[in-house]
Amino acid sequence: MTEPLLKVRGLKIGARIYPPGERPRDIAIVHGVDFDLEAGKVLGLIGESGAGKSTIGLASMAYGRGGVELTGGEVWVNGRDTLKSGMRDVRSLRGGEVTYVSQSAAASFNPAKKIMEQVTEAAILHKKFTKKEAEERAILLFDKLGLPDPENIGQRYPHQVSGGQLQRCMTALALCPEPDLVVFDEPTTALDVTTQIDVLAAIKEAIRDTGVAALYITHDLAVVAQVSDHIMVLQQGAMVEYGTTDQIINNPQEEYTQALVSVRSIKHIEKEPTDTPLLRVEHITARYKGTNFDVLKDVNVELHPGQTLAIVGESGSGKSTLARVITSLLPPSEGTITFDGRVLSPDLATRPLEDLRELQMIYQMADTAMNPRQTVGTIIGRPLEFYFGLKGKAKQKRIQELLDEIELGDGFQDRYPAELSGGQKQRVCIARALAAKPKLIICDEVTSALDPLVADGILKLLLKLQKVEDVSYLFITHDLATVKAIADSIAVMFQGEVVRYGPKSRVLSPPFDDYTDLLLSSVPEMKLGWLEDVLANRKMESAGN
Amino acid sequence: MHPILKLITQRVALGLMLLFAASILIFGGTMMLPGDVAQQILGQSATPVALENLRAELGLNDPPVTRYFQWLGGFLTGDLGTALTNGRDIAESLGFRLRNTLFLAFWAAVISVPLAIFLGLLAVRYKDRIPDKVISAVTLTTISIPEFMIGYILIYWVSIKAGWFSSVAIINDSMSLGEKLNAIAIPVMVLTLVVLAHMMRMTRAAILNVMQSAYIETAELKGMGMLPIIAKHAFPNAIAPIVNVVMINLAYLVVGVVVVEVVFAYPGMGQYLVDHVAKRDVPVVQACGLIFAAVYIGLNLIADIVSILANPRLRHPK
Repeated sequence: MTEPLLKVRGLKIGARIYPPGERPRDIAIVHGVDFDLEAGKVLGLIGESGAGKSTIGLASMAYGRGGVELTGGEVWVNGRDTLKSGMRDVRSLRGGEVTYVSQSAAASFNPAKKIMEQVTEAAILHKKFTKKEAEERAILLFDKLGLPDPENIGQRYPHQVSGGQLQRCMTALALCPEPDLVVFDEPTTALDVTTQIDVLAAIKEAIRDTGVAALYITHDLAVVAQVSDHIMVLQQGAMVEYGTTDQIINNPQEEYTQALVSVRSIKHIEKEPTDTPLLRVEHITARYKGTNFDVLKDVNVELHPGQTLAIVGESGSGKSTLARVITSLLPPSEGTITFDGRVLSPDLATRPLEDLRELQMIYQMADTAMNPRQTVGTIIGRPLEFYFGLKGKAKQKRIQELLDEIELGDGFQDRYPAELSGGQKQRVCIARALAAKPKLIICDEVTSALDPLVADGILKLLLKLQKVEDVSYLFITHDLATVKAIADSIAVMFQGEVVRYGPKSRVLSPPFDDYTDLLLSSVPEMKLGWLEDVLANRKMESAGN
Repeated sequence: MHPILKLITQRVALGLMLLFAASILIFGGTMMLPGDVAQQILGQSATPVALENLRAELGLNDPPVTRYFQWLGGFLTGDLGTALTNGRDIAESLGFRLRNTLFLAFWAAVISVPLAIFLGLLAVRYKDRIPDKVISAVTLTTISIPEFMIGYILIYWVSIKAGWFSSVAIINDSMSLGEKLNAIAIPVMVLTLVVLAHMMRMTRAAILNVMQSAYIETAELKGMGMLPIIAKHAFPNAIAPIVNVVMINLAYLVVGVVVVEVVFAYPGMGQYLVDHVAKRDVPVVQACGLIFAAVYIGLNLIADIVSILANPRLRHPK
C-alpha cells in the first residue's frame, strides 16, 4: 500500500492560558486525532468553534498559532514526520508542499505589497519557479479562478479589490507553488452567500484541475458537502465520526453528527397580520453625513404586534442603517416612522424615555455590547434601575426572573462576561433587552457570530420569549435559513431598496424577482451535488435568455 | 487633483501656519522680557537723551505690530539684523554656526538612525531572548547617563587612553573633511548613544505591533525565515511610527545639543544661543528661536508626509 500524502497519528495539541487572577495553566486543545489523506483527495474537517479544526489544519504545516504547541503524536507529510524535522525542513514544507488559505484574506494579505508579489512569493522562495514563470502561472490561476482582468489584477494592492476577489487571490496564492496539499480554513465564511457560491465553485474547480489534495475546514456542513470526498466531524478536540461525505450527510451514525445535519430544522408557522401594525416605516430615505448617495431609498415596511419581520440582504444593502433610522441614531432625510400609533421623533435627543424603553436592541457581537468590567447582574440590572427605578431586593428578584427566562438560572449574577460562552453572552444581551419590557426588539445579526447549534438554541429562545412576552422582532440577517426559521414577514433589501416584501410564504415562493432568486438559490443545501445543480441551472437560464 | 497631493498640500500649509504662529510667540515672548535694550547697550550711566536717540534709531518706539512685521520681513529676505552686543551681522555669524550644527547632526544621524533601526529589528528577531535584553539594557543605560558624563567618559577612554580621536571638537573652514570628521568623532558617538534608545525601542514596539497581524502568519506559512519576514513584511507597515520618532530625534540633534557643544567646545548654534541669552541679546535669541522652530516644524512635516506616502491606501486609492 502506498504511503498517504498526509498521515496524522495520535496528534495532541495544547496551549498555555493565562486566566485573569490565576496562575497560567496548560490546557489540551486536541486529544489524539488520527487520520489519513490520500494525494488528490479532499477531507472536510467540521465542528464548532473550539473543536480544534483550524488547529489541526495548521498542525499539518507544523505550525501552532499564538501560544499553541504541538505536544505529541506524529504528522507525516510526504513520508517524513514534520514534528521531528528541523526548522529548515519545516520551512521547505510550508509554502512549498503545503499551503494555507485563511478565512480572512483581507487580513492575510500584506496591505503594503502588490497582490502579484505576494501570490508568487512562496513559489519563487522555494525555487519552484522563476519569477517570470511564477507570474505566468499566477495569471493563469487568476483566470481559472474567475477574477476579472487576470493580466493586470496582480498589479493592484489588496485594498483595491473586493472581499470575494481577494479570497480568490488567496486561493491563487496557495495554488501558485504547485503544492501537494492546501489547507482551506473557512475560506468562504466571511463572504455574502451570493459571493460564497462563486468562490466555492472556483475553489472546487481549481482543486479538480490541479489534482491537489485539500483539508477543507468549515463549520458549515452544507458547504463542506459540496467539495469533500471524506468528512471528519470534530467536537472539543476529539474525533466524533469519520466517513465518506455521502455517509455523513445521508446516514450519520453519531448523535452529534445527526444534530449538525438536522440543524435549522425549526418549524415556525407564520402568523396572520393584524389590523393595526406596531411599527410602520413609511417612505424612509436616508444618507450618511458627508456622502452623496442614499443608503436607504423609499423604504416601506410594517411590523405587527407579537410578530417577526425579517430584513434580509447582503452586506451594504442598508439593513443595519434601517435599524439606525428606527432607533433614531441616524435621522432620515425623508419619511416617517409610526410606532404604536404615534409618530416617532427622528432625533434621539427629543425622544421621550417611554419610546426609548419600548424599543430595544440586541447586537451581533455580544462581546463588545457588554461592559467587560461589569457582572451579569449589573448589566441586566441597569435598565431595571433606569426605566423602572427598581432597587435592592426587588431588583435582585427581577434579575433572577430574567435569568430564569433566558434559561441560565442560578449563579450567573456575579459572573463577568469573559466567563461566559458565546451563546451565554448573547442570552445575557437578550435578558438586558427584555428587562426594559419592550414592545419591539431589533435583532441585528444576533446569531451570525455563533455556531449553528448554539444559534439554533438562541432562535428557539427568541421564539419562546415572543410567545410569553408578546414582543415583536425586527430581525436583521443575511442568513436565509434563520429567516425561514423565525419570520412572519420578510423584506428583501438590495442596494438600499426593498425589492421584495410580504408574508413569509409569499416572499419565499415563486415567481421570484432576479435578486431574490439569486439570493435563495445561493444558500448551500445539505445535499451532494447541490453546487453543480445550481450552477448548471444558472447556465441554462442565462443560455435561455 | 490626486488625493495624496491634496493631503500633502494641506500639511505644508498647516506647517507654514504653525511656523507663523511660532514666530509670533517668539517675538511676543522676547518682548515681554524685562529690561530695556537701549539701557542694556548704553549701560547705567547713559543720559536720557542718548537713550531716547538710541531707542528711535533701533525703532523701539514703533508699535509692536509694526516691529514684528519689520522683523519677519527682514527674516524672510535673509536680514536677521545685527547683534546688539558686538554689532555684527547675525546672519553671517549664525550661518557658520548653523552649518556646523547641521554637520554634526548629519553625521550623528547617519550613524544613529540605521543603527537604531537595525538594533530594533534584531531585538524583534530575538524577542525576549538574550540579544533583545542586551540591546535594551545597553541603550537604556546610555540614555540614562547624562550626556556630559558620557562625553567625559568617552574623552577619557577613547581620546586620552586610546588616543584615537581629538578630545576637542573645534572645527573651521580650512580643515579637510577627514580632519573635521576626526574632530567631531567623539561628539557624534555621544549623540548617537543619547538618541539610540528612543528610536530603537520605538522601532521594536512598532514592528512587534505589526508582527501580530494575520499577514505575518501568511508569510510564516510560506516558509519564510524570521528576518526576511521582519524586513520585507513587517517593516514596510511600521514605517509611519518609526519615521515619526526618527524625526523627533533628528530635531533633537539640531536643537538640543547645547550640552555636548559646550563639553567639546564645538562652535555650533546651541552654544551661540546660550551665550547671547546670557547677554540679553534679543535679536540673536529671536533669530535662533525661529530657526529652531523651523527645524522642528520642518522635520515633523517630513515625518507626516512620509507617513502619508507610506500608506498604500492613500497612495493607490480605489
